[in-house]
Amino acid sequence: MSAAPAYSEDKGGSAGPGEPEYGHDPASGGIFSSDYKRHDDLKEMLDTNKDSLKLEAMKRIVAMIARGKNASDLFPAVVKNVACKNIEVKKLVYVYLVRYAEEQQDLALLSISTFQRGLKDPNQLIRASALRVLSSIRVPIIVPIMMLAIKEAASDMSPYVRKTAAHAIPKLYSLDSDQKDQLIEVIEKLLADKTTLVAGSVVMAFEEVCPERIDLIHKNYRKLCNLLIDVEEWGQVVIISMLTRYARTQFLSPTQNESLLEENAEKAFYGSEEDEAKGAGSEDAAAAALPARKPYVMDPDHRLLLRNTKPLLQSRSAAVVMAVAQLYFHLAPKAEVGVIAKALVRLLRSHSEVQYVVLQNVATMSIKRRGMFEPYLKSFYIRSTDPTQIKILKVTCRVTEGLLCHIPQTYIRSMDKDFVAATIQAIGRCATNIGRVRDTCLNGLVQLLSNRDELVVAESVVVIKKLLQMQPAQHGEIIKHLAKLTDNIQVPMARASILWLIGEYCEHVPRIAPDVLRKMAKSFTAEEDIVKLQVINLAAKLYLTNSKQTKLLTQYVLSLAKYDQNYDIRDRARFTRQLIVPSEQGGALSRHAKKLFLAPKPAPVLESSFKDRDHFQLGSLSHLLNAKATGYQELPDWPEEAPDPSVRNVEVPEWTKCSNREKRKEKEKPFYSDSEGESGPTESADSDPESESESDSKSSSESGSGESSSESDNEDQDEDEEKVRGSESEQSEEDGEKRKTKKKKVPEGKGEASSSDEGSESSSSSSESEMTSESEEEQLEPASWRRKTPPSSKSAPAAKEISLLDLEDFTPPSVQPVSPPAIVSTSLAADLEGLTLTDSTLVPSLLSPVSGVGRQELLHRVAGEGLAVDYTFSRQPFSGDPHMVSVHIHFSNSSDTPIKGLHLGTSKLPAGISIQEFPEIESLAPGESATAVMGINFCDSTQAANFQLCTQTRQFYVSIQPPVGELMAPVFMSENEFKKEQGKLMGMNEITEKLMLPDTCRSDHIVVQKVTTTANLGRVPCGTSDEYRFAGRTLTSGSLVLLTLDARPAGAAQLTVNSEKMVIGTMLVKDVIQALTQ
Amino acid sequence: MIHSLFLINSSGDIFLEKHWKSVVSRSVCDYFFEAQERATEAENVPPVIPTPHHYLLSVYRHKIFFVAVIQTEVPPLFVIEFLHRVVDTFQDYFGVCSEPVIKDNVVVVYEVLEEMLDNGFPLATESNILKELIKPPTILRTVVNTITGSTNVGDQLPTGQLSVVPWRRTGVKYTNNEAYFDVIEEIDAIIDKSGSTITAEIQGVIDACVKLTGMPDLTLSFMNPRLLDDVSFHPCVRFKRWESERILSFIPPDGNFRLLSYHVSAQNLVAIPVYVKHNISFRDSSSFGRFEITVGPKQTMGKTIEGVTVTSQMPKGVLNMSLTPSQGTHTFDPVTKMLSWDVGKINPQKLPSLKGTMSLQAGASKPDENPTINLQFKIQQLAISGLKVNRLDMYGEKYKPFKGIKYMTKAGKFQVRT
Repeated sequence: MSAAPAYSEDKGGSAGPGEPEYGHDPASGGIFSSDYKRHDDLKEMLDTNKDSLKLEAMKRIVAMIARGKNASDLFPAVVKNVACKNIEVKKLVYVYLVRYAEEQQDLALLSISTFQRGLKDPNQLIRASALRVLSSIRVPIIVPIMMLAIKEAASDMSPYVRKTAAHAIPKLYSLDSDQKDQLIEVIEKLLADKTTLVAGSVVMAFEEVCPERIDLIHKNYRKLCNLLIDVEEWGQVVIISMLTRYARTQFLSPTQNESLLEENAEKAFYGSEEDEAKGAGSEDAAAAALPARKPYVMDPDHRLLLRNTKPLLQSRSAAVVMAVAQLYFHLAPKAEVGVIAKALVRLLRSHSEVQYVVLQNVATMSIKRRGMFEPYLKSFYIRSTDPTQIKILKVTCRVTEGLLCHIPQTYIRSMDKDFVAATIQAIGRCATNIGRVRDTCLNGLVQLLSNRDELVVAESVVVIKKLLQMQPAQHGEIIKHLAKLTDNIQVPMARASILWLIGEYCEHVPRIAPDVLRKMAKSFTAEEDIVKLQVINLAAKLYLTNSKQTKLLTQYVLSLAKYDQNYDIRDRARFTRQLIVPSEQGGALSRHAKKLFLAPKPAPVLESSFKDRDHFQLGSLSHLLNAKATGYQELPDWPEEAPDPSVRNVEVPEWTKCSNREKRKEKEKPFYSDSEGESGPTESADSDPESESESDSKSSSESGSGESSSESDNEDQDEDEEKVRGSESEQSEEDGEKRKTKKKKVPEGKGEASSSDEGSESSSSSSESEMTSESEEEQLEPASWRRKTPPSSKSAPAAKEISLLDLEDFTPPSVQPVSPPAIVSTSLAADLEGLTLTDSTLVPSLLSPVSGVGRQELLHRVAGEGLAVDYTFSRQPFSGDPHMVSVHIHFSNSSDTPIKGLHLGTSKLPAGISIQEFPEIESLAPGESATAVMGINFCDSTQAANFQLCTQTRQFYVSIQPPVGELMAPVFMSENEFKKEQGKLMGMNEITEKLMLPDTCRSDHIVVQKVTTTANLGRVPCGTSDEYRFAGRTLTSGSLVLLTLDARPAGAAQLTVNSEKMVIGTMLVKDVIQALTQ
Repeated sequence: MIHSLFLINSSGDIFLEKHWKSVVSRSVCDYFFEAQERATEAENVPPVIPTPHHYLLSVYRHKIFFVAVIQTEVPPLFVIEFLHRVVDTFQDYFGVCSEPVIKDNVVVVYEVLEEMLDNGFPLATESNILKELIKPPTILRTVVNTITGSTNVGDQLPTGQLSVVPWRRTGVKYTNNEAYFDVIEEIDAIIDKSGSTITAEIQGVIDACVKLTGMPDLTLSFMNPRLLDDVSFHPCVRFKRWESERILSFIPPDGNFRLLSYHVSAQNLVAIPVYVKHNISFRDSSSFGRFEITVGPKQTMGKTIEGVTVTSQMPKGVLNMSLTPSQGTHTFDPVTKMLSWDVGKINPQKLPSLKGTMSLQAGASKPDENPTINLQFKIQQLAISGLKVNRLDMYGEKYKPFKGIKYMTKAGKFQVRT
């Protein structure tokens, strides 16, 4: 409370006027004011045990905060409730803490331990909110704790918690910027995250902490492009604007086309030495593409970005549309920028604030790309209900488009005078910038001179003055007309303008000019200063050109001016007199007076205020304000030479190899099957799963992955070679399919349907389009079949016919591996499957494992567009690698088109975790299901393994998270051995928990069953009847896990787990207790 | 990103403040008040106001200014869009978004705002997710809560937050499964003095109210999808399917949402369903002016035009008006010079008219501009563009839902220049 007085003082300021001030520190004044008493009862309410009273008190406090009143003196009373059980009270306490912790740092520390506990909570929402509050309270002392918490949360299994971690990064950075390096590490890690939930937040953190570290993006660029459409709207905006900057540094300008064309043509003409001398890859590519009419070849990644952002123009969020629009404006080739116009015009029907921002950007765009908005002219018409600023912007836009050269009478008669003035000025700009409409504009303006509204006339005069300066000779008439106006017009600026014009061009109106001066001399004293100055000016000029007629007048005017009240005017008068009237000294200057006064003056350039804005990134705050805002990142210029594109695709060369090999797989089957047979594990050595998957994501992105990429861009395909390669591999795949369908036709008789399906297959959507109830029934069928098949049935051959399903029911499980279709079909592809299958089933199943946790969903049928994927942990040792957990994946196709090429894709896994993928499933006919086995080395952690499941057309992000019990394998040992080992694992390594066994599970059988279902452990024979012992080893490190359950009479029991891996031990205890007591 | 949010009512009181980072003193709003004073009308307050240390971005809705304070570069539309989303959320929670309602529910408002932003960056803005985190107040729930001691705050992470379809929660159950779609079209038009159309376009939206059990997958197809020139979708719509087949395929959010908004291409001639005959004249050096307007139906496809209201901002020189309507009621506010005439239904046999005189300020010259007439109307059972929904199918669930489609045409910004 010691710090409180200081705060209560500045808080007092923030309380609204006329409102009583609360929060005097009780220590400062001994007087108990009524307000203080009121806080007193709040304190009492907070101290009670009743949640309802606490809630009531917290609600009142939060209401105070909302109204901006000071409630800081309640801090000690509130902070006590941070561990309150009632979740609403807790939340409100969090709100309070975040608001006041900064001011009462010492007391805030009391709450930290609660949050630290919360960080370990099994409920992800609680973990996340604990991290949120911990990182929001802005107490510098806890920086190390925050750092630790963020690091931990960054590898949390819940994506929501990881998202919160990403949010916490900028918070910590603003608190202590010294942590930058460590934070960048976390950002790097989170950037690799593949969930859409995290992507937006981490890019936001990236932008705030280390926007200059563009190198962190390289590896994630394609992933971000592909994920973009599924990220939530706010994340999309941030990612798009970051990618715009990124693209500006990494790709070549697409608008250099023309110049490049010439260059290349020349080179081609003069010979190839120069080419070779330069020898850059891009050069070669350009040369190669030269015959194909375009010398500039857009980097495929550049194209990827443009293609993946385009559908977002249809977003409901104005911010997203604007972000895409600016991306196209800054990055797209000229021909493609047009697409954004329609979307931007759509935004003009939104709220007026949105209109305001969009119009500003449209104005800038139309200056650079005139004509872009011409087809949408009507959307820029003005409505009387538009706010003035919108009206002005609309006119500006129309003028810059050159579409408004006469002024609609309705605008001029508008009651909104600011708007009228702006319109007239805009017309002036239009006239100066576009030569061909100048006369029309001028005529329009001259007509306005007879308007009844003086303001309109004045504004027109000013604009006309500027226009006339450009070509005075032709417009003597207009000047005469203006001269007549001097009698009527009262607006000083307009009068001054007319006088200046007459003076400047007095040679064109030799008769009128002296007369005007005469009139002005008469009214000189009554004029405004600005007019007086121009009168002097006019007099001087006339004196120089026509001294005979005006000598006396000039002297009269100058004498009047000499005694003017304004010293500026007196000054000018003296100066002018000295200059033009030759005195005795015969000043050198006076000889040049004419040159001084009547020098040809350059015409003013009327430029739109939007002219100079284009160096700011469109859509940014800085652009809107035309001033650099804090934290604005300059949009870099295009590089001269493209930086090495391979930074994004280090895997690409390998990928090529890969695809070649795939091709070979298809063509030279025997060879492939051999190599596969003997080198299961080494396979992963030369093409590690990452590169493989990278290629997958690529090829699928090219063939139009997901809903995101528009496939219509076919013309790009011939442009870049990689696509050619992609289509080659597709081609070969198709070959394979054709062969398969041939084979299918025989037993199935349904082949025709499926082959016709193939044609439309490229649009993945068709798969889910006709999902009828029929297909649902079909889906049920395999499900029932699945239940009957024991888990030991390793993957059934992928290409299994529906007709065989029934057969399956009667086949004894042991016959499974040699399933009929594999024999019947001579397809080598199926053979291969058979090979790998036998491989895994040959391993003798040592134990008859109870299949652990039941079937779990990996991909819902709706999300998978007809493809449903489940998985079970089979508890069999995985053939390839004993450290791996073998996971059975069950696919079933409930759509009505065959799903092809099921395989694993990118798996950016947490450190240590590795995946042995299952052999590709060539095709899964509608209604069929298939099973495959894959191995995952979880590295003894329950972190989820995230990977991509790819079909030929789609890719799905899925993740498998193992229950802790599946991370171990049973071992056999005697009771003595068990006790010996247990003795070694005491102290820290022992976790004991008491529990009550419910009535339902007191029998031996049930207890054993429950434990073994929860964890893959083997039972150890045991002397006493009430003790159960189980033993196992973790798969990766092989550490022992010993579990003892000591059941006492009346249901009380004690569970002990001894393990080197304490984390696993703790989690195991939790899981087992849950299983036993549920 | 967004530092703080201030809610300011039209009389300039800050009645709610919320900070997501360090507290920003409310004195920062003084800059806003200055700008407000300079702009004569609330709509004219610039949406972006730079101050020495902060930037104030504001939106004005329901007579409340929502002023966001930011400190660093951020796309202005990002903030503006977010503020509008806040307003929409309040409306969704409380039915209306007004000062008294916000004051009454200040705690819920605060909790919602807390969830919507984390450190100034949007966290959960889908109303489906928010409603699971913080349940909207209803009388029933308040009663139940006081008795059982349960709270309005969910303790589990909303299921939508993690799924591929974040807009829909899992485990939705209804006894009556129903899906309603409202096709609402608005005509924006400017009609000139002589009655010819200067510009007319149709904006349409399809608002849906879907109450279906489970995870239904809907497809909606149109008879004439070519009419739709420019569309923007709710994130649930599968864009690719639309591109290839012009079919809306989506897993709907639960409850009310806007599925689609579209624009009917300008090439198609827009049928203007009403006309206005007007005769408004001011004479120089006379203190009276004549005023007469008649509203009649034009191309209505045989439907009646309802809910017609005529409003017009009269020139400053008009002191008062004495008018007699042939039907409906009219009011003239001598302070704001706003004339409004609530016509009601148009009977084609007996066209409604409003006639009378205006008394003008003596001695003032006649106003340069004749007033513009703004028109509001509604036509039930008609989509003026001719858009028709062909069929609605549901996949993925077994039951038969009740389906309904309603059409309506309204006037948007419909102005007649006189």
